[in-house]
Amino acid sequence: MERYDQARFSQADDAEYEPLLSEKSTEEVEVESSLPDDLTRDSLELPDLSEPELVRHYVRLSQQNYGVDTGPYPLGSCTMKYNPKFTEDLAARPEAAVHPDRSEESVQGTLGLLHGLQEQLKKIGGMDAVTLQPPAGAAGEFAGILLAKAYHESRGEGAQRDEIVIPDSAHGTNFASAALGGYDVVELPSADDGRVDLDALEAAVGENTAALMLTNPNTLGLFERDIEEIADVVHDAGGLLYYDGANLNALLGRARPGDMGFDIMHFNVHKTFATPHGGGGPGAGPVGVTDDLAEFLPNPQVRETDAGFEFFEPDSSIGKVHGFYGNWLVLVKAYAYIARLGDDGLGDAAAKAVLNANYLAEQVEYDVPFEPFHHEFVASAGDQDAADVAKRMLDYAVHPPTTKWPEIVSEALMTEPTEVESKRTLDQLAAAFNAVADESTETIESAPERTTARRIDQTEAARNPRLSWHALDN
Amino acid sequence: MSGAGGSPYAPHTPDETAEMLAAVDADSVEDLFDIPESVRFTDEYGLDARTEQETRREVAGLLAENDDVTEFLGRGHYDHYVPSLVDTISQRSEFITSYTQYQPEITQGFLQVLFEYQSLLVELTGLEIANCSMYDAATALAEAALLAKRVRQADGTRVLLPENTREERVSVVENYVSGNDLTVETYPTENGTVNLDALREAVDDDTLFVYAENPSTEGVIEESLHEIGALADDHDALFCLGSDPVALSLLQRPVDVGADVVVGDAAVLGMPTSYGMGLGLFACREDFLRQVPGRLVGASEDAAGKRAYTLTLQTREQHIRRERATSNICTNQAWVALRTAIHAAQLGPGGLVDLAEQMVELPRELAAELDDVRGVRAPVNDGHHFREFVAHTDQPAPAVAADLEAEGFAVHAVGDHELQVCVTDANEPAIPDLVAAFEEVA
Repeated sequence: MERYDQARFSQADDAEYEPLLSEKSTEEVEVESSLPDDLTRDSLELPDLSEPELVRHYVRLSQQNYGVDTGPYPLGSCTMKYNPKFTEDLAARPEAAVHPDRSEESVQGTLGLLHGLQEQLKKIGGMDAVTLQPPAGAAGEFAGILLAKAYHESRGEGAQRDEIVIPDSAHGTNFASAALGGYDVVELPSADDGRVDLDALEAAVGENTAALMLTNPNTLGLFERDIEEIADVVHDAGGLLYYDGANLNALLGRARPGDMGFDIMHFNVHKTFATPHGGGGPGAGPVGVTDDLAEFLPNPQVRETDAGFEFFEPDSSIGKVHGFYGNWLVLVKAYAYIARLGDDGLGDAAAKAVLNANYLAEQVEYDVPFEPFHHEFVASAGDQDAADVAKRMLDYAVHPPTTKWPEIVSEALMTEPTEVESKRTLDQLAAAFNAVADESTETIESAPERTTARRIDQTEAARNPRLSWHALDN
Repeated sequence: MSGAGGSPYAPHTPDETAEMLAAVDADSVEDLFDIPESVRFTDEYGLDARTEQETRREVAGLLAENDDVTEFLGRGHYDHYVPSLVDTISQRSEFITSYTQYQPEITQGFLQVLFEYQSLLVELTGLEIANCSMYDAATALAEAALLAKRVRQADGTRVLLPENTREERVSVVENYVSGNDLTVETYPTENGTVNLDALREAVDDDTLFVYAENPSTEGVIEESLHEIGALADDHDALFCLGSDPVALSLLQRPVDVGADVVVGDAAVLGMPTSYGMGLGLFACREDFLRQVPGRLVGASEDAAGKRAYTLTLQTREQHIRRERATSNICTNQAWVALRTAIHAAQLGPGGLVDLAEQMVELPRELAAELDDVRGVRAPVNDGHHFREFVAHTDQPAPAVAADLEAEGFAVHAVGDHELQVCVTDANEPAIPDLVAAFEEVA
């Protein structure tokens, strides 16, 4: 596999080179203005480089960065798959760049696309209504929490239902979103098979339960086979069932949250539908609900009438969770991706993602304690430190899996190859896993050796926070 | 590569699929799905697959249904010319196809960009800490109110926003603080800016958080920032200032007027008007470091003793601290921050100041021209403006706005007889046509 750090300015060990903007190499300009002096700042000090210098600076930085287009990126639960290029062209079209305060009549194309994506997602989720407003998965969770709260309040049970039940294996965002909504979190211990323990669930839910948040398949890649019983237990207690869409890509064409009894769900369109993750965002976290909850959705919703598309305010809307309409450009890419694949392509994506995970796990020598898994598996690094294993895998020019999570598996290596990797690439990934598995503690502790930077001192970064050029002098 | 009807991005040949199935001891892929029959989806979504060409045509066709209108719209979301450098670099696939920088040794490039973005905000605000992005101005403001709850010693539950704050922002803040027993109230504004006397009456010792914007929602440059900061401080409330990177290049430094937190939309640099997609700016005092929401990139060293960057202070974040995290944000707006950093670097300090000064001069000139149009008075508010201003029309404003739209120009109708008009370098060439259209319809 190609090295991704060939852009290093000098290979010499004693190279003094520091990339242009990394240090305080700046120009200070005096601020002159037609405004009175007391309304303006005195000066502004920032780097002042020519465009050619900047191009080289940023191109070099891009080459010191690993993306899906660079190589395999099997980060469990993150679903890093190849992003088609044509969707970028569509998002960059000038007609997509409209101001959010434009009149509805003058942006019928934008509203039409939003409506189209709502309809696509309703079908895929088995849901009755969808909002596209949340700008990320966690924002979708928060919107879902607010929807659950509004639902219970409308039934006079708002104050009483002050708990959200969440399995111990769930994404950290579930806990944080529930807390942001003002709820107490009840943690649900997993059963020995890695799934929801029905007895523990019975004990956890009751008249205080607002909702159970569930990822299915869960973070071990395991399908919650008892989902119907789980739904009954929660519903019988008067609670709602929330679906965390982080792993929805494993179910495309095979199962729908709405059919399983979920009342609210969020989609991570950047994961499930191959819209680029952008180095940490933007994403988009549309939320789907059943009819019972549609009246509470964020304002506005888009609907189609004889005269065209228009916004409307749901009867008991919770208001807004984003200043405008969410991350519109991401929604354009998601719409185009879904349209490109259709039923057959989406179903095949799930099939190949599951096949790839099973095949890779079969080739990897590390123990995989929980199965049968779907699109991702969690191996245990055993006596090795999972974080060291990851660092050593960097030397084999592959991105490592998610490490040390979920905590149910000791020294977890949570691996999700996605459908876009070929058998040949999976074999190379397995070879990297297996080579590291046979290496000594000494070797993996001193890794990586062949990367842009050697092992980075994270403790020092936290102990002595230097978060800007200005702080580098300290 | 793939078989007919499958995912065009799955590279498996039929032979490879067969080989892989044999390796995992399965007869078919369906055997690998551990889903009970009772919840199996056996129907179809009813979504037809299209070729890439067909999809392009369909989406392009949809978008083409948007009218080609020259926008003179602002109110918190602005259009400046975005240099080609921004598109070219931000579309490099190593950047756009990467994930959060959990493995810093192979993501130094993005980490350095985010460090540079943080540095830009530190210079613009004068505050010591900036995170590397929230979703947008509204959610950043909401996170600031929640920060106030965590860092303020005394009790206090009142969050005060100016009454001319966009209602969307107020709604977002109300939702974000709803779980923390805070109350959101608005205080009076006058002349497009803070009514200091009214604010003085509104602030009490139960006040947690005082927000003001510079420039204001109506485009007026706030002249009482010192007084607002002192007032908040007197009552041990946090003073949060809303602004943006272009305005901050010219206007008073937030740190100099006593701001504890600065929020706003940083996408005024780097993004076109992407139907409201933004970039939440968030900067604050160093004292609040351990309570800051969102991601932070810090400088450190690698094992060879060289400068290196890494995500830091992650114990504040949801993936470690869970329900005790400072925020639930995980996926943020890193790629938009990359675009903003590139745009700012391309302008440089001189270019930023020049652009900002242009944002003072253009509305002054346009308001004077519109004031000469019969039936129009502009600007309505006294004082200096930035990018935009409110104009009075003798005719009903919604009707004038609709007529202007028919002529190809979009402006805000903000009252029965008030329009708001925003002018930047992007729409400047259309000023003469806009004035002519006003003469036609006003």
